[in-house]
Amino acid sequence: MSPQIRKVALGLFVLFGVLFLNLNFIAVVQSDDLRTDERNARGLIAEYEIARGAMVAGDGGDSRLVAASEETDGQLRYRRQYPEGATYAHVTGYHSFVYGRGELEATFNDFLTGSAPEAFARNIADLLAGRQRDGDTLQLTIDPATQHAAVDALEGSTGAVVAIAPDTGEVLALASSPSYDPGRLASHDGDEVRQAWNELGERDPDPRLNRAVRETYPPGSTYKLITAAAALESGVTPETTYADPQRLELPLTTASIGNFDGGTCNQGQPITLAEAMVVSCNTTFGQIGLDLGVDRLVRQAERFGLNHEWDFQLPSPAVSVMPEDLDEPSTAQSAIGQRDVRVTPLAMSMITAAIANDGEMVTPRVVRHVEDVTGRVLRDFEPEPLEFDGESRAVSSRTATALRDMMEEAVASGTGTGAQIEGVDVAGKTGTAQTAEGQPPTVWFTGFAPAGDPQIAVSVVITDPGPDATGGGVAAPLARDVMRAWLQDG
Amino acid sequence: MAKTASAAAARRRANTELGLMVLGLLVVLVAAALVELSQQPDIPEAVLNYGAGFLALSVVAHIAKRRLAPGSDPLILPIAVLLNGLGLVMVRRLDFTGGEQALEFAPSQTVWSAVAVAAFVLTLWFVRDHTSFDDYRYLIGLGSLLLLLTPLLPVIGREINGARIWLSIGGLSFQPVEAVKLGFVIFFASYLAEKRDVLAVATSRLGPIMLPPLRAFAPLVGIWAMGLAVLGLQNDLGPTLLLFGVFIVMLYIGTGRLAYPVVGVLLAAVGAVFAYQSFGHVQNRVSIWLDVWSRYDGDGFQLAQSLFAIGTGGIAGVGLGQGQPGFIPFVRTDFIFSAFGEEAGLLGTTGILLCFVLLIGRGFRIAMRARDEMGALLAVGLTTILALQVFVIVGGATRLIPLTGITLPFVSYGGSSLLSNYVLVALLARVSAPGVPRHTRRRREDDFEDAEDERTAQPSAAGGSS
Repeated sequence: MSPQIRKVALGLFVLFGVLFLNLNFIAVVQSDDLRTDERNARGLIAEYEIARGAMVAGDGGDSRLVAASEETDGQLRYRRQYPEGATYAHVTGYHSFVYGRGELEATFNDFLTGSAPEAFARNIADLLAGRQRDGDTLQLTIDPATQHAAVDALEGSTGAVVAIAPDTGEVLALASSPSYDPGRLASHDGDEVRQAWNELGERDPDPRLNRAVRETYPPGSTYKLITAAAALESGVTPETTYADPQRLELPLTTASIGNFDGGTCNQGQPITLAEAMVVSCNTTFGQIGLDLGVDRLVRQAERFGLNHEWDFQLPSPAVSVMPEDLDEPSTAQSAIGQRDVRVTPLAMSMITAAIANDGEMVTPRVVRHVEDVTGRVLRDFEPEPLEFDGESRAVSSRTATALRDMMEEAVASGTGTGAQIEGVDVAGKTGTAQTAEGQPPTVWFTGFAPAGDPQIAVSVVITDPGPDATGGGVAAPLARDVMRAWLQDG
Repeated sequence: MAKTASAAAARRRANTELGLMVLGLLVVLVAAALVELSQQPDIPEAVLNYGAGFLALSVVAHIAKRRLAPGSDPLILPIAVLLNGLGLVMVRRLDFTGGEQALEFAPSQTVWSAVAVAAFVLTLWFVRDHTSFDDYRYLIGLGSLLLLLTPLLPVIGREINGARIWLSIGGLSFQPVEAVKLGFVIFFASYLAEKRDVLAVATSRLGPIMLPPLRAFAPLVGIWAMGLAVLGLQNDLGPTLLLFGVFIVMLYIGTGRLAYPVVGVLLAAVGAVFAYQSFGHVQNRVSIWLDVWSRYDGDGFQLAQSLFAIGTGGIAGVGLGQGQPGFIPFVRTDFIFSAFGEEAGLLGTTGILLCFVLLIGRGFRIAMRARDEMGALLAVGLTTILALQVFVIVGGATRLIPLTGITLPFVSYGGSSLLSNYVLVALLARVSAPGVPRHTRRRREDDFEDAEDERTAQPSAAGGSS
């Protein structure tokens, strides 16, 4: 009998071997797929067991809780709350078990779930002490008063506002309009979440799009700041004069560049660079573009961060673009912010902040530091220069000063008078980009205040103003409101 | 001299068993503490009482085995107690998934453990010699068959979850099939031990096919076939598979003829095709097995959740008490293995599988060292039924084979299963104990062919030590 018993035993052990191999296949090879399968709620439930960290805007008495966690008695333990509703939506983002996460909820997920490497030692201690792990708190750089001013400014329009403290890179306001209430997406009822998401998707324009960070726009005349910077860096001075034709004839083509009102800028008399900036003279800047050539324009644009990908605390900011290899007519048109030049509101505010900051680019940041529930700082984000091609200086100090003077004059007596604040010198530049025949222009204002000691740099873009709107008429007053909110508040 | 030496050896074995038992209980203790502390800051007094009860049961089982089956295999009881304990811990852990922290199934499973250990002791007490079953061979065979039919009776028969396979007497529910599977194995072992030589030669002819003498073959095949028929009609796939498999294996071992398993596999294939075509629920099981993911929102949910659980557990598991095993329907019975997969990971499930492999290995070792053929066949049958049962349910829960609902021996929630498996281990212990048969008078000429049998015929006091 023994030989047969051995054979049967062997046969059964082979079956167990297959069982074991199959088990390994599921628990090791397929593990990741099974764990992350959207129908498998286990990972989510584990994640929702942790009270997700809060986000706080502003400090002291004026601080606002913009994202919090509330305990429920459902299967998912903590529910995300956004006490300020739509006001901070494009900063906080959303946290949904159906659609994942957006904005800071996405990029700071490790901190918010208390699982960042910085929290490792604390977590070990918690584990040993049997304490529940808490998510960590994000202290935002956003200033509530400024943010609310930005949101109010955009009320009823499609557009975006970004305000930055020029010397530190702290983002004081970041708003995109239309906005949405991320609270509905944080519901623990899948159907409700899907319905809310689909409603947002059906709206046009889509409120989910963060226009401040992830959409590029034709910059129009605001781009003259970069063209002027390139010129000044090439030896041109504010006093250098140019001819003042009614139209600038472009080489190689029958096309030409005209001015805003179809006339000359200085009654046909020679016009200085400074004067051309104040009145936003297209023919002058077209000529400067032709004089400098595309390479120098591109180089200057890239010094300001265009054509570069870079890391921001919000996910994947869109790359602003200054095309290379342009022919002469396109170069002249690009020099005044037309053709295929595209800039995000965030990038525009960074450029302006660099001019306000003596020519140095500073990394913008939305999160100042991360702290745990006891207030201990886990990670501090210090002001940091923002380098492109190993260089954080976009323009020389002299160029920055020259640009600042021109911008100050543009607000004092030129196209940007709508941005004037009583008792404060404001510097700025308007932009009005024609998009398509019969469509309203995209209007801009970018500037900073006070001009002599810049505390805030702000960019405003509106894509659906009235048919004859201008940056000076529509965007400048909105920028003024945002700057005033910060200057009064600070 | 020889007697004292064997008594010393028996004592050594019993002490080994005690040591292993303590080790196993420590594992259970740690697991139990982890589960309790994962859900609440303090361990409730009730849980401590149940724990102490389980500890006492283990000691009782050990002492009974030491006394009633001296020198028996020292591994099988500690493994059974370890698996039983781990199952109890998981059943307790699953009590928490109801949301309430109330004790629900764990107390009942603890009580069943006590009943099962009592059955273990009683089996060792009454069955002093496995050959004593020979006297009651047909009683056991036919009795098993009748017992299998009892759920069809009015009043005491019960239908639970769509299968009429339950007896309910005085509030206690019992699955007769759990006892029946042991009964059949005992009957097969006893019958084959006597008739194996006759069955090994083909003397009668059915057309071109040579068959063993029908007179010897008929009672065996008759009872087996009727058992299969009843189980098949009750839609109870798991036990049908076990009964079929164990019979083929025992025929092969008994006769040494490979023709039996070959014909058996062919018969199984025919039976499988027939079952697939005639029974909707068989087709259903196969369809789920083939394509669980597209059936997720319907009848594939359970198996998909089982795979999610094991996959989420990964190698180390999410930790006892930290997962969501409650997502799997019937997790306490058919899918308790997947709950271990989620919370204890591949390491935990491998540990459980290794326990079974060890238990099964000991079972076959006991069979090979059995002092008579009845003992060898009984041990092989019992071990095979255990092995097949583990394979069928673990293979089903991991989508290796189509799912057939059956318990994971010792681990799953369920009194009948726990009880019958403890009796199974008691019978293995009995076969492994170097006792001497009381029933030498029954032995006939043809039983004394092997040297092994002659050895056991020597008189000794060991068999009557109680």
